[in-house]
Amino acid sequence: MYGARTLIAEKYAEEIKTILGRYPNSKSAILPLMHLAQNEYGFMSKEAMQEVADILGLDPTHVLSIAGFYTLFYEEPVGKYVLEICTDLACALRGGDEFLHMACDKLGVEPEGTTEDGMFSVKHVMCLGACDKAPMLQCNLKFEENLDEEKFDALIARLREEAASGKRAPTVVEKITSYAKDGE
Amino acid sequence: MEKHILLRHRDVENIHQLDVYLEHGGYEALKKCVTEYTPAEVIDIIKAANIRGRGGAGFPAGIKWSFIPKQAPVKYVVINADESETGTFKDRELLTFNPHQVIEGALIAAYAIGAETVYCYYRGEFMDIGYNCEQAVLDLRERGMLGDNIFGSEFSCEFHNHYGAGAYICGEETALLQSLEGNLGQPWSKPPFPAVEGLYSKPTVVNNVETLANVPPVIMNGAEWYTDMGTEKSPGVKVVCLSGHVKKPGNYEVIMGMSYRDLIYGEDYGGGMLGDRAFKAMLPSGGSGPVVTAEALDAPIAFEGLDAHGSLMGSASVIIMDETTDMVWAAMKMIEFFKHESCGKCTPCREGTFWMNKLLHRIYEGHGTAEDIKVLEDVAKQIKGKCLCALGEFAISPVLSTIAHFLDEYKAKVQVPA
Amino acid sequence: MSDQVTLSIDGVEVTVPKGTLVVDAAKRIGNDIPVFCYHPKMDPVGMCRMCLVRIGIPMFERGTGEPVLDEDGKQKYMFRGLQTGCTVQVSEGMVVESNTEVVEKARGDVIEFLLTSHPLDCPICDKGGECPLQNLTMRHGEGTSRFDFSDKLKGDKHVPLGDLIFLDRERCIQCARCTRFQAEVVDDPVIAFHNRGRRLEITTLSDPGFDSYWSGNTTDICPVGALTTSDFRFGARPWELKPSASICPHCPVGCNLTFSTRREAKAGGKQVIKRVMPRQNEAVNEIWICDKGRFAYHFVEDGERLQTPLIRKNGELVEASWDEALALVAEKLKAHKATAAGIAGDRLSNEDLYQFQALFREQLGNGNIDLAQRRLAGGDVVAQVGIAKGSNLLDLGAGDAILVVASDLHEEAPVWWLRVKQAAERGVTLVVVNPRETRLDAYAAHTLLYHPRKPLETVKQLVDTAKVELDGELDGLQAAAQALAEANNLVAFYGYEGLSYEETDSLARLLGNLLLMKKGDAVRAGQKNNGLVPVWPRNNTQGAWDVGLHPAYGPGYKKLAKAGLAAEGIYAGVAGGTVKALYVAGSDPIGDGLLAGRGNLEFLVVQELFLTATAQAADVVLPAQSWAEREGTYTSGERRVQRFYPSIAAVGQSRADWQILAQVTEQLGGEKVPFAASILFTQLAKKVAPYKGMDYRGLAKVEKQWPDVGGDDLYYGGNAYNNGSGLGVQWAAEAESKSLEAYKVSDVEANKGKGIQLVSAPALYRTGSLVDRSSVLAPRMAQPEISFHANDAQLLAVEDGDRISLRVNGQVLTATAHVNGQAQAGVAFLRGTAYQPTAVPQRIEKVSEKEA
Ligand SMILES: Cc1cc2nc3c(=O)[nH]c(=O)nc-3n(C[C@H](O)[C@H](O)[C@H](O)COP(=O)(O)O)c2cc1C
Ligand code: SF4
Ligand code: FES
Repeated sequence: MYGARTLIAEKYAEEIKTILGRYPNSKSAILPLMHLAQNEYGFMSKEAMQEVADILGLDPTHVLSIAGFYTLFYEEPVGKYVLEICTDLACALRGGDEFLHMACDKLGVEPEGTTEDGMFSVKHVMCLGACDKAPMLQCNLKFEENLDEEKFDALIARLREEAASGKRAPTVVEKITSYAKDGE
Repeated sequence: MEKHILLRHRDVENIHQLDVYLEHGGYEALKKCVTEYTPAEVIDIIKAANIRGRGGAGFPAGIKWSFIPKQAPVKYVVINADESETGTFKDRELLTFNPHQVIEGALIAAYAIGAETVYCYYRGEFMDIGYNCEQAVLDLRERGMLGDNIFGSEFSCEFHNHYGAGAYICGEETALLQSLEGNLGQPWSKPPFPAVEGLYSKPTVVNNVETLANVPPVIMNGAEWYTDMGTEKSPGVKVVCLSGHVKKPGNYEVIMGMSYRDLIYGEDYGGGMLGDRAFKAMLPSGGSGPVVTAEALDAPIAFEGLDAHGSLMGSASVIIMDETTDMVWAAMKMIEFFKHESCGKCTPCREGTFWMNKLLHRIYEGHGTAEDIKVLEDVAKQIKGKCLCALGEFAISPVLSTIAHFLDEYKAKVQVPA
Repeated sequence: MSDQVTLSIDGVEVTVPKGTLVVDAAKRIGNDIPVFCYHPKMDPVGMCRMCLVRIGIPMFERGTGEPVLDEDGKQKYMFRGLQTGCTVQVSEGMVVESNTEVVEKARGDVIEFLLTSHPLDCPICDKGGECPLQNLTMRHGEGTSRFDFSDKLKGDKHVPLGDLIFLDRERCIQCARCTRFQAEVVDDPVIAFHNRGRRLEITTLSDPGFDSYWSGNTTDICPVGALTTSDFRFGARPWELKPSASICPHCPVGCNLTFSTRREAKAGGKQVIKRVMPRQNEAVNEIWICDKGRFAYHFVEDGERLQTPLIRKNGELVEASWDEALALVAEKLKAHKATAAGIAGDRLSNEDLYQFQALFREQLGNGNIDLAQRRLAGGDVVAQVGIAKGSNLLDLGAGDAILVVASDLHEEAPVWWLRVKQAAERGVTLVVVNPRETRLDAYAAHTLLYHPRKPLETVKQLVDTAKVELDGELDGLQAAAQALAEANNLVAFYGYEGLSYEETDSLARLLGNLLLMKKGDAVRAGQKNNGLVPVWPRNNTQGAWDVGLHPAYGPGYKKLAKAGLAAEGIYAGVAGGTVKALYVAGSDPIGDGLLAGRGNLEFLVVQELFLTATAQAADVVLPAQSWAEREGTYTSGERRVQRFYPSIAAVGQSRADWQILAQVTEQLGGEKVPFAASILFTQLAKKVAPYKGMDYRGLAKVEKQWPDVGGDDLYYGGNAYNNGSGLGVQWAAEAESKSLEAYKVSDVEANKGKGIQLVSAPALYRTGSLVDRSSVLAPRMAQPEISFHANDAQLLAVEDGDRISLRVNGQVLTATAHVNGQAQAGVAFLRGTAYQPTAVPQRIEKVSEKEA
């Protein structure tokens, strides 16, 4: 066994208890817990996988397998902010591809790349269900829609500010998890 | 006066809040069911109204519910909110702004089949729109409208939200159930169907968000009210997701039978082509339905509406393309999607989408030959009818339909072999 | 309604049991519908799509149920396009089309798809020549590929998934046989798919990698060359390999093996073993073996094997001729007839052990013979109420029960663990009674713990409670007892964990009485799929009992008027000088700490593979052949007498143990040496009553087995499974022919000693003179561990994870300590050490590292 760490198990003890209570079979909690773990460590490190495996009593191989199957889990370190820009057909018809390249040029990265300061990763993704608001992206799962160059600059500025200020707004994962508090 | 049946938030402000929803007749339908109707009666009403599945397949919800074995001790209702089809964003709007109507529909389904748990499976990327639904669940529980003995009846039911993590295939019902169980999100080969062996091997009804949103109004107004709307085969209303080269993209609630032309050009709808350019082609069902040309514009929006044009309404994610659109590029985009989303479980889809993608890129980038077009078509035909689930079968339509309608665009891209 | 279904496949009618899959039904009539992902020992998944066929279901009128007829009055059928024959169950009147153009085309299409990503490196692939993909391509594939080679996805080619298994990612066709085997069959889900779509690939995150006793089996069922064993990779081309049948020499299950051998220049043109694979025997190991059976054989080719006889001349062991050595042995034995004694190992064959006791009893007229160490008693009980002839664990199902007492099957007899686990999954009620948790508990309906200080109390209660009918609220033990009493069939495994030898004897008798209980109006014992199975410490302990290698029993369980010295007596005699000459065959009493040294011996002869500690102390050392170099028979714990065959040439001048013993016998004036083991066996079969009528020909008999694997067909062929060399013969227990008295169980006084009771917990890969020599298994060897109860740990000031040294009556052991809830108060479990503690509680003290 790896050194069993259970940081999220401590930090989110109550929430995890609630989440586990939702299913007749604890394995079902693997996605919620992996979202939490990734939110905590920035990406799905081997340790994070082991931790989730320990909480659910699974072989870590299964967690690795799940991490590899779903696009929202990152097995390599990523930037503080992951910008997932939709370049799927519907968005592309309204400038999705151009927007991606504009964004990459601005941040000086290739698609799938991360800025040197480790602040931003840019990924291009398939349809995010916001085709009527193209160009659009998700930043750490938060929708940012009807974008253009100006709005993009503003967004980046805001994020840099937030990072600099040291106090960051609750993430989408944290907000959703907070509903699991008063033990359903 | 309310104009919408499903997109009611457009008429009633803050209907996502329990109080507002209740003020406007919310949960009357559920109350009616659990206090006045037997489960069998509820199923009969839904059958009579012939609410067809809005997830794309159009399977009648009432009949699906009736497949659930009565005597089975444990059953489940699962709301399919994976909505990942290219160009689809209707379920997202319903869950964001009118979640109670979906929850109410699901609880009615649960009552009808005798389930005590409902799971709502969102695609992971929808976590940012889950708040209202999460709040709705907490509010309901607080009011005792969720949990034991709902409305003082025998009916007890729980409701849980669950988020995926980015996989289109998890919209396929069996893959969804696998994913919900914590397994790899790969579909299983049916039979067994979920109605017999579903979540945790228990009988399970999987319904689309929009399908369930149709249920409360039908209970309140009766089956006839519903069948009076729409076409004979496709009664009721449909939320259409309009995107691409139109002036006003967005969701539109239309009565089944309205023409695609009116959808695109109607003032209250698409408002015409972007920059008034000429219409070239339309994908009526995202990447999954064959592309159609102008001759299909007057076809009715209905499950059977595009039969004559070899295509289908599906989930009604209508993507419009104007004269400037390169159809080989469009096909390539769609195949990139399917290649990216193929779960890899079965050979034809795993290998076929990979192969078609290679060929399309070569052709699009100008290194292709006439032979490549031929092989591309063969590969698509070769996938046909051999896949474990429908994703692989969907994946061939962008290729075959663009080749059928726009072969010259392909030809123009390949150098004539020396 | 009958449970048989009749359907027609390409116009050929076939009747098969309900629930049969279309592909299996077809196989029954020799129609090989090709498959990749389907495997007859696993649930179908319908992934690869290779088995596509057209299936028609007869149509009937809704109301009337009348058949729907077409124009010309023929039954109409409903077809649903192409369907996977591996997932569809047969139904009455079904018609299957598997030879139409459509189907042929579909097969070609699927093959073409598979090949788009396949490297086509068959010429250098380990599977080349026995590869289903290769075979099916020949049969259904196109000559040329339309897939542009430059488009191929490149993958890593030599990925070690662990110490034993390598993966070639380009060759993998994503059939998931390996991952499903690990998850479904052996419940070690330590490999899994990663990524998706075309990027799907097998990975592991277990530590150590591919952490499973079963990993080798995945290389057998892999339909391509993607998974290979670390010791076979690139070792040889399958078509150069010659199969030869054998039996696994490592545990009492007696798994049937196939050696693949090849002549090699570096071995002077001699046959060399290239790999070990399972050989199908549905009544023993089906088509599986554990990794020990597959990888431990390397001791055979170890450079330190003894080459010639050795004789001690002025203090030194020097090479000698056989004549000289044999003459010397005969002379010395003659000189010490009355004071000679013999110690044998229970890994020797029946022939060896029979000849060993004959030498002593007939030539020296002395019965001072025993096994080097006896851990488990009750062979006499097994002979009477052992699992009945014709039983097969595969036949047990819902309504039946299996009882496992004092044994950790996963570590001691892995394939029994697997078959018991699967029986439980089929609905058998499993009851496990042990001094600690084991891997079998997860599948058990009832688990009971006993304390090694009074191990029999719990079992006695269980058996007594089974005799009375109870109702109302039942506690755990009562529920278990009732389950055993009510079972239609009952098989009881018993071992010795935490028991003294005397206690195991009482245990056997207690369970014997359980089996002598009536079910309905018939006694269980003696009925098919009922009876006792001893989890012997070695592969042929059963044979040793059968042929009379026992101080108190002659061949065939003849109770002797006057018992000879048992091992303890012999060792004492060696020290005390009453035993003057000692003959040791196939065991290392000195190395194993059973015998202090040669004591006051005047003559010590050792017959061995290696120069063991005992051999080093000997006057004469005789080089023996390993089981791979000779023929013989072993008898499994289920009393199945099975033949193994010579597959490689003898090392040096080594001879078969039986042969050496027969030559000594002859020199002492006994019969001439039989010129073949078969003849010796026929003689033996005359003396050993239960073996009456057995001979090598009979043991070599085979019959068709289902599933039909391992042929060169295009179905699930491709692996060296098929058994052409014998299924063995199970001998009938006494209860099958006569009724027996209940056993008297002597009340063994539970030892009252003070201190901590040390119990050795078995480990599959424990150090031993043979296993140690397999370099591939070396990294997997169990490390010394000792687990304490929290209280005892506190007293000894030991923390979880500490590396500690302990003095246990004289012996100093160093091990890693665990305080993990495994041990009960007053017990400590010792794992991965050679030291075998006695069953008496010990004063244990911690000693400093340097003292150790
Ligand atoms: C590849 C694939 C993706 C699918 N995605 C969705 C989806 O995102 N949402 C949905 O409701 N149904 C989706 N479906 C259809 C579901 O399998 C299922 O038919 C549907 O949820 C049933 O609900 P309904 O009868 O109410 O439409 C998908 C099917 C396939 C084959
Ligand atoms: S068709 Fe595609 S998505 Fe469906 S099972 Fe096969 S590989 Fe998976
Ligand atoms: S799909 Fe039937 S054998 Fe693979």
